[in-house]
Amino acid sequence: MEGVQPEGVGDKYSLIVPTYNERLNIALLVYLVFKHLRDVDFEIIIVDDGSPDGTQDVVKQLQQVYGDDRILLRARPRKLGLGTAYAHGLKHASGNFVVIMDADLSHHPKYLPSFIKKQQETGASIVTGTRYVKGGGVHGWTLMRKLTSRGANVLAQTFLWPGVSDLTGSFRLYRKSVLEDLISSCVSKGYVFQMEMIVRASRKGYHIEEVPITFVDRVFGSSKLGGSEIIEYLKGLAYLLVTT
Amino acid sequence: MKHIVKIITFLVAISAMWIGLLEMSVVPRSQTWLLPIYFIVSLGCYGLLMVGIGLMQFPTCPQEAVLLQQDVVEAKDFLKQRGVDVGSE
Repeated sequence: MEGVQPEGVGDKYSLIVPTYNERLNIALLVYLVFKHLRDVDFEIIIVDDGSPDGTQDVVKQLQQVYGDDRILLRARPRKLGLGTAYAHGLKHASGNFVVIMDADLSHHPKYLPSFIKKQQETGASIVTGTRYVKGGGVHGWTLMRKLTSRGANVLAQTFLWPGVSDLTGSFRLYRKSVLEDLISSCVSKGYVFQMEMIVRASRKGYHIEEVPITFVDRVFGSSKLGGSEIIEYLKGLAYLLVTT
Repeated sequence: MKHIVKIITFLVAISAMWIGLLEMSVVPRSQTWLLPIYFIVSLGCYGLLMVGIGLMQFPTCPQEAVLLQQDVVEAKDFLKQRGVDVGSE
């Protein structure tokens, strides 16, 4: 059950950003977060999986600029998966709200105020960014990628009734207690993990709101959507159909 | 209730209606036999229609790429001045 807590004063936001070889992007991201969250109490928790490109060195330089109370480096020895990265970051989160976002600037920090505002207005436990509604959008996607994305979405909406328009998106704001509950209930890997989190949240009756976001693929052609991804998605969908 | 239970319940319900129609012979039997085919084909057409519509209406934001480039330049300038290494990718 969701507890009723007074919103507004005293809210702190912990932003969890998993990184792997993002030495330039993480610096840009941190700058943009500080630019757009001026009067907000927040911290950025960077969970780096032993990047060989020196990401952690850049993070330490950022700590010199912004303070190591605002930027937390909580690294891990090697790539250990996204779900565990969130769980790891969560352990060090001191905020009462948690935002998960990607490091590569496909999730632009300028939307953070709209996530926060939506949560405060509605008292929601989860605010999820959606690329598929008016006001949102994507850039840098080929027609093929749009087709598979749309097909996947229709399949999910028809059979799963997930309660959100963007199932695989991973730009989300959670009440900390809710995220802890969901992470302990979800077992999938990769982006199916993101789907499982939001579907389970929907089944459990958590109050979920959406805000439009734009998603710019900076590195064109980097996201592969091949046959194996499609199979993985269908298997994930079938799994969610049966277990949620 | 698990979601799959809801779906199975729905399928059982319409199967029962279908069998009922077969027994009652209100609709000619030959046509009734084909109803499940019609249902599946309709579902498929609905799906394709939704995909097509969604594809046409897919929101895109080319201007965001431009804005992002501006943000990147701004960020690099600021950080370089403060000793953060933003040189190479």
